[in-house]
This record gives sequence, C-alpha cells and structure tokens, in this order.
Amino acid sequence: MATTAHAGTVDPHKGHHYTTTGLDNRKIGLWAFLGSECMLFGTLIATYLSYKGKSVAGPRPHEWVCAATNVVSDSPIANCVGQMFTPILDIPVTSASTFVLLMSSLAMVLSHNAVVHKNVPKNTFWERVRGSSKLWLAMTAFLGMAFLAFQTYEFTSFYHEGLKLSTNLFGSSFFTLTGFHGGHVTFGVLWLWTLFAIDVKRGLGPDDATNVDLLALYWHFVDVVWIAIFTLVYLIK
Amino acid sequence: MGHSSDQSVAARLPDAEVHHPTWQTYVWVGVLLTVITIVEVSAYYIPAWETSRVYVPSMLFLSSIKFIVVVLVYMHLKYDHKIFRALFTGPFVVSIITIIALLFLFGQISIQVGGAG
Repeated sequence: MATTAHAGTVDPHKGHHYTTTGLDNRKIGLWAFLGSECMLFGTLIATYLSYKGKSVAGPRPHEWVCAATNVVSDSPIANCVGQMFTPILDIPVTSASTFVLLMSSLAMVLSHNAVVHKNVPKNTFWERVRGSSKLWLAMTAFLGMAFLAFQTYEFTSFYHEGLKLSTNLFGSSFFTLTGFHGGHVTFGVLWLWTLFAIDVKRGLGPDDATNVDLLALYWHFVDVVWIAIFTLVYLIK
Repeated sequence: MGHSSDQSVAARLPDAEVHHPTWQTYVWVGVLLTVITIVEVSAYYIPAWETSRVYVPSMLFLSSIKFIVVVLVYMHLKYDHKIFRALFTGPFVVSIITIIALLFLFGQISIQVGGAG
C-alpha cells in the first residue's frame, strides 16, 4: 500500500545514506579511511627514509657498489674485482609510469564529471566523448593496469639484478612500500572494472554520482601517495 | 510547506554535486601536473641543479604543489564540507610529524646547535 501511495513521486533520498550532519555517511567513512591510509603510508615512507643509505650490501638505489669489497660510490668503481652493482632505479621508466598514473587521475575525474552531467544533452561529437562515463572509466582502468605493468617490469628487472625482499634494508623497505602501493592500485582497478560493468549493464546516472565519487577519491589518493613516493624514493638521492 | 521541504532536501544533497569545477579546469590541472613532473625529472638530469643545495627543497616544493592541487581540485576538498577536510588533514599532519620524528631518531636529519668550535 505504501508503495502505491508513493507511486509517481521521486524519493530524493533514494540511494543516499545521509547522517545528522547532512552528509553521506559512506563519504565520511571513506575520508576517515583515507586518513588512516595517510598514516599507513606515512609510516612506510618513514621506514624507507630511516633506512636510506644504511644497506650493508648492494644493490643500492642511486649508487654503484663493488660486491667483493662493498665499496659504495656515486660513479663507476674503477678497480672493482668481480661483480659491480649499478644504480638500480630506472628513472625514465618510472617517470613514464608516473605520467600514466597522473593521466589516470585525469580520466577518473572526467568519468565522475560525465556521470554527474549524464542528463545534459550532448549535441557534438566532443560533447558525447566528454560525456561518456564508460569511456573514461575504461581508460582509467587501462591506465591503472599500465601502471601495474610498469611496476611488474620494474620488480622483475630488480629481481634479475639481485635485489630481493631479503637482500638488504633498501630491498625490504622499497618492496614493502611500493608493493603496498601496487596492491592499492590493483584493488582500485578491480573497483573500476566493477563500476564499468554496472555502467554497461544499466548505465550510471546522476543518482550514482556518489558511488563514482567514492571510487574517484580512492583513486586520487593512490595517485597522491605515488606523487610522494616518486619524489622521496626515486628523485631525491 | 512543500517549498520548505524542497529547501531541506536541497540542503541535505551533497554539495560536491553542485560546486564541481568544469572539465576544462580538470584538463588544465592535468597539464600542470605533467609540466611539474617534466620539470622534476629534468632537474634530476641537470648536474648543476641536482648537486646544488636547493635541489631537495625544490623537489619537495614541486611535489607538494602536485599533492595539494590533486587533493584540492581532483578530490574536491576545496569545494567539499569542512568535516572531510578535517578527516584528511588531521591524520596527514600526524603522518608528516611521524616521518620527521623518525628521521631525527634515526639520524637522517639533525639540527646543529651552537657555532662550530
């Protein structure tokens, strides 16, 4: 009966979970979660920086190391007998992966924009491109997967160059920090494809803006964590 | 009565859905982030800059700009409710203090008190 009485009316609260603050409790929850994530990554970054330069054995991030004598230098060691570790971080590759992740953030915010303005009429080709949430969600997911491919390549090449989780302090702290970040990106990619599947099945509209906003917040957070990691781990020697 | 009810509903709708920047702003922010990244990576390969005393502060400054721009514009913290700002900046400040404290504790940074003898 109650359903019949409300037939034909629009329930403004449908799909929203408002609290006494007037704010969506899922969004409050996600921001609180991101706050806790700040502290998680803060401690991981602090651990990496605390152990920086204290590895006894090579390989090292920015220095050459003579394996036999453990002599460390900023340039190739001339009289090293046996194996010599070269600086292990590959800045050009990581710069490319950083660019990919930054562009994924742009695609993410455009997908949210497309969902919010779903009901606005699109007349031109570019307006349809801009308003396609499916396109931007898929692009974000593909860029996220490209970032993971870069990270897999990096981890594999490090392994072949002799750097493992247990090799030295650098290996332990580096793989833990970037591995945790990669895990977050992986979860974000799964979330993106889930939302993409929903978009394909029934279409995402302005009513779903908060759902996309939650994913966007998570994705941008993963991006800002990488901004910090890229500078502190890769660019500062 | 109906009008008052509508106002109440409007007040309860997430303001993030009302005050978003335009897509042009998002694209310009993307361009800015790319340019800053190019400057950072270029600095790494310029020996005069990379070995200078301003290298680390400049890298931290550029990185901070990227961080702040993404958080304020892409994450809409500039336009959203103050509660969200507090929920994020509180733990963020705690994590920064933790990092600095640990760096002092492990001797990675230090403060020299008094002149050189």
